[in-house]
Amino acid sequence: MTASSALVLPEELAQPGRRARRRLRSPVIWLSFVIMAGVLVMAIFGALLAPQNPATQHLAIVTAPPSGAHWLGTDALGRDVFSRVIAGARTAFFGPLVIAAASFLLGNLLGLFAGYRGGLADSLIMRWVDFMWSLPALVILVVVAGTVGSSYWLAVAVLIVLTVPFDTRVIRGATLEQMPRPYVEAAKTLGVPRWKIMLFHVWPNVSPVAVANTCLVFAGSLVTLAGLEFLGLGLPPGTPDWGLMLSQNEALLFTNPLATIAPGVMIVLTAIAMNLIGDWLYEQLTSRGAVR
Amino acid sequence: MTGRGMLVFILRRLVVLAVLLVAISFVTFSLLYISPGNLIDILLGARPHTAATVRALTREYHLNKPFLEQYWLWARQAVQLRFGTSIQTSLSVTSEITARLPLTLFLGIYSFILTMVFGIGLGVASALGRGNVVDRGITGAVMLGLSTPAFVAAVALLYVFAIRVRWFPAYGVGSGFFNELWHLTLPALALAVTTVAYVVRHTRAAMIGTLDQDYVVFARARGLSRSRVLFVYLLRNALIPVITISGVILSSLIVGVVLVEVAFSLPGLGSLLVTAATSKDLPVLQGVVLLFAVVIVVANLLADVIYMVVDPRIRVGERSS
Repeated sequence: MTASSALVLPEELAQPGRRARRRLRSPVIWLSFVIMAGVLVMAIFGALLAPQNPATQHLAIVTAPPSGAHWLGTDALGRDVFSRVIAGARTAFFGPLVIAAASFLLGNLLGLFAGYRGGLADSLIMRWVDFMWSLPALVILVVVAGTVGSSYWLAVAVLIVLTVPFDTRVIRGATLEQMPRPYVEAAKTLGVPRWKIMLFHVWPNVSPVAVANTCLVFAGSLVTLAGLEFLGLGLPPGTPDWGLMLSQNEALLFTNPLATIAPGVMIVLTAIAMNLIGDWLYEQLTSRGAVR
Repeated sequence: MTGRGMLVFILRRLVVLAVLLVAISFVTFSLLYISPGNLIDILLGARPHTAATVRALTREYHLNKPFLEQYWLWARQAVQLRFGTSIQTSLSVTSEITARLPLTLFLGIYSFILTMVFGIGLGVASALGRGNVVDRGITGAVMLGLSTPAFVAAVALLYVFAIRVRWFPAYGVGSGFFNELWHLTLPALALAVTTVAYVVRHTRAAMIGTLDQDYVVFARARGLSRSRVLFVYLLRNALIPVITISGVILSSLIVGVVLVEVAFSLPGLGSLLVTAATSKDLPVLQGVVLLFAVVIVVANLLADVIYMVVDPRIRVGERSS
């Protein structure tokens, strides 16, 4: 502290923001968890929670503004927007969940392997990762949908392939940091099998990064999948889905803007909540790791 | 020595680039065969299935030749920027692309400029006021920007600035430079939301890292003016990470162009790609994909070269390893 403070510029000596931010953080993170819990409940129970059937068309009250019966109004076919927003949580939640989980598994294995082995295996994996990393995911999804046909789960599968490099790179970096540590050397000297060192010695130390990263992957793939739905290249047209609602209700901006804005707000809120949870988890887990 | 090392580096990267382009073109060509269903039916689209049309199609796509020869013939045409004819419009793919390219380029460059100006400006402001209200505001906005996809931003901007307050038009591309600028401001802003957030985050981190460097403290101690320290000593180093993430910025812009053009109904390359995908217009799809791929691959090479030119430390590292 004393050695470094001599070099610190005067205006940085006092950091009033730091304490303020910590105070601010707890309600924000609390809110993020509440949002994610809400989305999870909506994703599991879906239409059961909705006040009305999200698919029922009331052609007499097309594009109605919000009212007591329809809290967010109705869309161009007279369907209840509020119910559709609730039902839309399902496709927004489970696809990204599968992507995050699969990419967590594969990315951690590949990253640990590349970081631990080094050499040719590492540089081959990293070349591949660098290449995949420069690909615009959504464009690939559009091309796949255009060639093979639109399918939600196909898009999820393709996104897993495109996301694994992201996890791999992060885990590999974290593993490389662990490699020169004495405990790795000690385990090697004791003759612990390589896979055991990787999984039971090194991995627990890189896991904070892995877990935090998975939250970012979830948020990222939520946004990408919603983009694909927005382009109309994922789910069939009638499905309640936030991205799809946004594009189908865009023409309603003049009459019932909430029908477009509500699903957009849901996408952004869920993505922000997940990103914030990721940051928070990282801080929590690394500060605990430092004590260990 | 550095000059030669640089040349070797560029030559090596050019070889990698050539290999990549061949691989990408091969995958792009194979799209025809990956697509399920009868290839002739796909290529015919809505045209009648008669002996004459089938014969013409077989000749045009060399369907009676072996697969690799077909690829070779296709690639030779693609190098001359000929990708066949659109199934939907029966115009040549090249003319479809060139008709829409200017709009997409305009939009892309516009939002690239916005990204750099706002991204670096806000990043520097945020780093200099580390911890204060401005910094916290910017950090919060960055989180919002990173989580807001371009199409949500597009709809939000459309609603606020074209419908509630009518500062900007809700649709159309305009004619003449300034009119076009006015029409494309909302799309460019929507496109820049994510990239600005990204650049701010990296500039801020890099600036904070440089602020603590001894040479900056020493420059201040020598009594150099604030602006000289900022522009000559800090900014040059802080800009290096921005070059490193240029690949991500580019691919984010390409993804954004697709979404924003669809959201604002702009007739550009992005909406062409989506129309081609929706209608299974494979020749158009191939043309646009190949164009995007070439742009990405070449831009990544350029970024690497610029990186080496700007940062001498990289060159030294390259030589010693």
